[in-house]
Amino acid sequence: MDNRKALLIDVNLCVGCKACVEACREENNQPEDGDMSVLSSTAYTAVIEKEEVYTRKMCMHCEVPTCVSVCPVGALEKTESGAVIYHYEKCIGCRYCMQACPYSVPTYEWASTKPKVQKCTMCYPRQKVGDIPACAEACPAEATIFGDRDELLAIARQRRIDEPETYINHIFGEHEAGGTSVLFTSSIPFDELGLPMNLPMEPLPNLTWDVLSKIPRFSVFFGTFLYGVWWVIDRRMEIADKGNNQLTEAVWNQRNQKDEV
Amino acid sequence: MKLPFKLTFWRVLFGIVTLAGAYAVFVRVNQGLGAATNLSDQFPWGLWVGFDVVTGVGLAAGGFTIAGAVYVLHLKQFYPVLRPAILTAFLGYVLVVVGLLIDIGHPLRIYHPMLMGNFQSVMFEVAMCVTFYTSVLALEFSTVVFEKFGWKRPKKWVGKVIVPLVIVGVILSFLHQSSLGSLYLIMPSKLYPLWYSPLLPAFFLISAISTGCAMVIFESHLSFRAFGHRLEKHILKHLGRVMLLGMALYLVLKVQDFTTRGVWNLMFENRMETYVFWLEMLIGSIIPIVLLSIKKVRLSTKGLYVCSIFAISGFLFNRMNVTITGMTASSGVNYIPSWMEISVSLAIVGMVIFLFALAVRYFPVFGTPLKESQKQKLNKLSKIQGENSDKVSSNYTHIS
Repeated sequence: MDNRKALLIDVNLCVGCKACVEACREENNQPEDGDMSVLSSTAYTAVIEKEEVYTRKMCMHCEVPTCVSVCPVGALEKTESGAVIYHYEKCIGCRYCMQACPYSVPTYEWASTKPKVQKCTMCYPRQKVGDIPACAEACPAEATIFGDRDELLAIARQRRIDEPETYINHIFGEHEAGGTSVLFTSSIPFDELGLPMNLPMEPLPNLTWDVLSKIPRFSVFFGTFLYGVWWVIDRRMEIADKGNNQLTEAVWNQRNQKDEV
Repeated sequence: MKLPFKLTFWRVLFGIVTLAGAYAVFVRVNQGLGAATNLSDQFPWGLWVGFDVVTGVGLAAGGFTIAGAVYVLHLKQFYPVLRPAILTAFLGYVLVVVGLLIDIGHPLRIYHPMLMGNFQSVMFEVAMCVTFYTSVLALEFSTVVFEKFGWKRPKKWVGKVIVPLVIVGVILSFLHQSSLGSLYLIMPSKLYPLWYSPLLPAFFLISAISTGCAMVIFESHLSFRAFGHRLEKHILKHLGRVMLLGMALYLVLKVQDFTTRGVWNLMFENRMETYVFWLEMLIGSIIPIVLLSIKKVRLSTKGLYVCSIFAISGFLFNRMNVTITGMTASSGVNYIPSWMEISVSLAIVGMVIFLFALAVRYFPVFGTPLKESQKQKLNKLSKIQGENSDKVSSNYTHIS
């Protein structure tokens, strides 16, 4: 899988220090106060305590992102590096991305009259200059690591092989909704961590594309059909108007004669 | 001081609702969506999307249904309800666009889909269809305006392209009526399974057509009461039949869908969604189907009126359920629209009714008044024809 980058979050290693949240705030010039356990328009990541373990919440940077597919103006983009980024200057503020995101990640500046959609960018600006995302750099426990998606998947699998008791046999994000660029490993089932377990394994945009891709053909056929219906009825009425089965009969006879010749 | 119009209950109500709506829009424009609505990051689409847009477009489906019947299928007997149906649809769509402008975060960028469209987005498709179809409706209604001012040439030009125009309108309507359902296809994990279905586009299209007919019946009755125009009994009868057909097809599809997805058990679970779903099906499907299956009801204007009210309420329930009730469980929050959201939606409904009444007053929506000599001729004719009198006796004509 070319050079797509990803983040691997190992819930078993996370100590809940929230260094990632602080680094994220600093990197994105967000206020330093505020709840560290919820996403908001001024918090791209959060640390949540669940069942005596800590997990992170952030944009999953899907391989085939739902938000990118639903945006009517292409304001969201899946970059080559794997990060899903947002272009404010295009956005019309319809919030379909928020509505459709299977992880309910994007947030909105509700108090603004020029609202932006806000979400983690996987530190795309840093990646462009060769740095790794701020959260991965800040993590003291290596609970969040950054690298090629393939390699991270291999590391995750190796951890399960090394310690089968502490890792469940599931890497969240390997296949979910077509796969994500943020991968989770854990000792407890992922639904207990608040991750949705009812997602199909195929990319969600396929569900709409199945319908949308039929539109051009449907329009042409349906248009032709309707015009044909109109024409046939119109012609029949025209003939009927002339008052006469005779005419139709005459036409038929003429045609039949021609066929015989 | 004397008012130029009489104060009636409905006019006072309209005034209050409009003022409240205007205030809400003022707050929305100056302080953002957060101040005016109860929307949140967990619940980004509320009443304005669910009612003003998704429901509004559906209720305006009578326009393409009747236009298609008259022009494509040559069912000229529907002509008397064509103009009111097109007018309602046109006003409906204009107000849908107004609702959209209030709801989206950057109303001044409303043209962006035109320039930077994303072909994978259902929203883009809906936006395009609504734009083009509103233009089609404007053209379809333009003949009435031309007629009013006696502009024969432009009326003739539109008349020449009316068939292709109506066909384009029907295609666009099929596309975006179904696409409003397709909007939710991408949320299989978020929309409650009583409503999520791969058949959502089909459900939305079929229910829009039958409700479009119900709306025409409903409106005819209201116009009859308000403006005293003749009630086209023989037409409403046919519409009732189309409505029944649509609803029956909807119910059959629903049964098939529930069986293939194996979700029958959800209908008996003890939770809020179940009750609302039952209510939706009873009001919008089962009761009107039973009623319409009784010939006596189908042939009586009052019966049809009652059925249309059931159908429209059921439709409202359905759209609200898909957009709000069905999304509640997965969102984790309990969204209840703010009074400002409600007042904007009500003001929009009021505005449609107000503009409709205004248009009826100044344009020949219900046909051109007959001259005295023509009336006498018709009266004579109707005396001769006796029983069939209600087919000819009319104070209005649509032949121009």
